[in-house]
Amino acid sequence: MNVTATPALPLGDDALILSHRLGEWAGHAPVLEEEVALANIALDLLGQARVLLSLVGDEDELAYLREERQFRNLQLVEQPNGDFAHTIARQLYFSTYQELLFGHLAATDSELAPLTAKAVKEVAYHRDHAHQWTLRLGDGTEESHTRMQRALDALWRFTGELFEPVEGLDTVPWPALHDSWTARITATLEQATLTVPEGPRHGAWRAGAGRQGLHTESFGRLLAEMQHLHRSHPGAAW
Amino acid sequence: MVTTTALEEELRALAGSVPDPELPVLTLAELGVLRHVQLIAPGRVEVHLTPTYTGCPAIETMSADIERVLHDHGIPEVEVRTVLSPPWTTDAITAEGRRKLAEFGIAPPRPTGPAGGPVAVDLAIRCPHCGSTDTTLLSRFSSTACKALRRCESCREPFDHFKEL
Repeated sequence: MNVTATPALPLGDDALILSHRLGEWAGHAPVLEEEVALANIALDLLGQARVLLSLVGDEDELAYLREERQFRNLQLVEQPNGDFAHTIARQLYFSTYQELLFGHLAATDSELAPLTAKAVKEVAYHRDHAHQWTLRLGDGTEESHTRMQRALDALWRFTGELFEPVEGLDTVPWPALHDSWTARITATLEQATLTVPEGPRHGAWRAGAGRQGLHTESFGRLLAEMQHLHRSHPGAAW
Repeated sequence: MVTTTALEEELRALAGSVPDPELPVLTLAELGVLRHVQLIAPGRVEVHLTPTYTGCPAIETMSADIERVLHDHGIPEVEVRTVLSPPWTTDAITAEGRRKLAEFGIAPPRPTGPAGGPVAVDLAIRCPHCGSTDTTLLSRFSSTACKALRRCESCREPFDHFKEL
């Protein structure tokens, strides 16, 4: 499949893949309220993905018929759910980034402005959800504190990629976005009695790899699960 | 200058009277999601609808319901388009809509502040069952994306709150 290079693709892929990951919590969340919350956040992201991918081409073909190397999402969003703390750490890192990025794009005259202006209001709730849970887990029991810190540390190496410039998003002030992100994350973690991780911001591959179609080991299995029904039964309806 | 004909007014009222599929106590007009109804040719109508949330799955049912109502009114061609801009806000819910929500057991949204950022949570939210303002947030997300789950500390009943957007 030939896909036109447009920034709607990487942003749509972020939303689609994170939506799928959050959907994996259905039936497994620690409490009913969280089951509902994570599913609602996943639904918001799926709505974003549908609008964004429709700007690129046929949303179903793009979601179900592309190969791994054709996906342009951040490696952060494809990381496995892990324990609940890992999911919250991923949410905190990503929703803080998305709120800042969408807030900027909403004020431009790009084709992404209508969607980002709408979605940024929803993402503010996603970030608040992650922020509140980070406080509760970080400043909770010894066990929850340890697990939250472990999750933040484990995902830290995927955060460098967030600030690699995205082709077609020329107006975004990436260094300023990075500074705002760091300030917000630092404020939340300090309030939660947690430590801002140190160490490399990317893995053995160079930062920005996800945007170029290079993904981590678990991504293939995610795609297999997400795509197999559509690929096995093309055009199936119910 | 665009003028609205009597027929367009009539069609707008019809489309606006369609109940929301998830909150059937409200009409689409009361929810504030019906943006535009225009007769673009004889027998051909264009409708603009805006979703409450980007991922709102009810939008497809809303579109189908509008098409059906207008077909039944003798309009053979109805095109319902989804528009995102300007974004829907809970301020678009009419006063009558708010009254009906409360009557239905859902605390209506408070007025939103200036655009951007989550809404301040200092204004009290009233329990739709007993009227007490002593209520606590249980979860920011509830049975649908547009609602939060709260509990009344006076009558102890849980209830949905149409959260501000």
